[in-house]
Amino acid sequence: MNKNVLVLGAGVAGLQAALSLKELGYRVTILEKSSSAGGHLKDWDKLYPGNISSSGLIDNLISALDGTDILYNTTVTRSEKSDNGFITEISSGEKIDSGAIVIASGFSLFDARIKEEYGYGIYRRVITNADLEALFRSKEIHKMEMPAKVGFVHCVGSRDEKVCNRHCSKICCMTAVKQACEIKEIWPHADVYCFYMDLRMFGRGYEDLYYEAQSKFGVNFIRGRVSEAGEDKDGKVVVKAEDTLTSRPLKITLDLLVLMSGMVRNTDNKTISDVFGIPTGEDGFFFQPSPLINPTSSDSSGIYFAGSATGPKTVAESINEARAAALAVHKFLSKD
Amino acid sequence: MEEFGFKISKSTRIDLDSACQSLYNQIASKVPDIRTCINCGSCSASCTAATFRRTSFRGAILHINRGFDKKAVEFLKSCMLCGKCFLVCPRGIDTRNIILEIIRSEEG
Repeated sequence: MNKNVLVLGAGVAGLQAALSLKELGYRVTILEKSSSAGGHLKDWDKLYPGNISSSGLIDNLISALDGTDILYNTTVTRSEKSDNGFITEISSGEKIDSGAIVIASGFSLFDARIKEEYGYGIYRRVITNADLEALFRSKEIHKMEMPAKVGFVHCVGSRDEKVCNRHCSKICCMTAVKQACEIKEIWPHADVYCFYMDLRMFGRGYEDLYYEAQSKFGVNFIRGRVSEAGEDKDGKVVVKAEDTLTSRPLKITLDLLVLMSGMVRNTDNKTISDVFGIPTGEDGFFFQPSPLINPTSSDSSGIYFAGSATGPKTVAESINEARAAALAVHKFLSKD
Repeated sequence: MEEFGFKISKSTRIDLDSACQSLYNQIASKVPDIRTCINCGSCSASCTAATFRRTSFRGAILHINRGFDKKAVEFLKSCMLCGKCFLVCPRGIDTRNIILEIIRSEEG
């Protein structure tokens, strides 16, 4: 029995899958295309529910993985099936022998510049959810002058066929409301507005956060997608939307506009798909033959998925799926 | 005589930069529930008065939030304080006291 497993991606799903496999007695090699582990979480500040430190979560996983090979700045170039599993060639030219493969390639954050009408990269006071999180993380936010009015635009690059993303990114409603509350905690006198189409507060504790945003923090929720943002002579952001609940057009001048960039397919999915011969769906995320019953299975035996490689997921879901993928690998490798 | 030609229509746009939310904030200080409305429309759908006259608790508090206080009072003119909206509200908002506050604000 081949006790080696190859994991693609050192984000939260990849690290957790590797840890669970290590605990089951497998020798794991993790490939990571960037120069450090942690994926998107290493740039995030706090996670909801529980206000857990994002980097702390990653640090714990990495220290538990002590002794596991993580090959940084490494990608896959070729892979073929062998009698004993897979022989995968990586960018350094080295060949890795493994009995199974876990694809935890994650997602890419939607490039908000594509939605040009919101002015990201054009207007100084337009930032993304990731930028705001970086400001929280670095504590730079405390050096900023208090903005009188802050706006959040939900669904940037999600539910939008104009940018070829029909899907809902699932986590942005939560993130927007969490960040809105954090802004109010720093600046209680700032007015905060969330522009949404639907609020999809789908999980346990999420609706409570929405309730708290309204009752404790007085965050204003306006149902209507922002149509455009412009800059006035003072450099403030003028936002236009329809208030669809009163059926009137609406205008507001903001000191800071935060765009909730959604989760889109990892830009490397095409390469990974070609190397391993596993298809992607129309949306670019990997195709799951049995998403309901075996969400971690691919249509190629011995190759499994974990995390947002197969669609937008929360951190908790990615962690659970990584554990499930490790068990699926264990079952697959134990059968002979 | 019939008037001809063009005239300038008043803008219907909501300008949140100049909208006055003082009544909204004043009511919220007395009945904080007003902030927790999710605009589901249960209140107006079950409203007895709305069958005959334009009545909407949801519309009223939404308009106050956007600074249209007079319009809000219009939405409640036919309210008989029967309390059905309180019974159906999924957030358990104290509709009765909010309605009374809005009506009082007009009288005061």
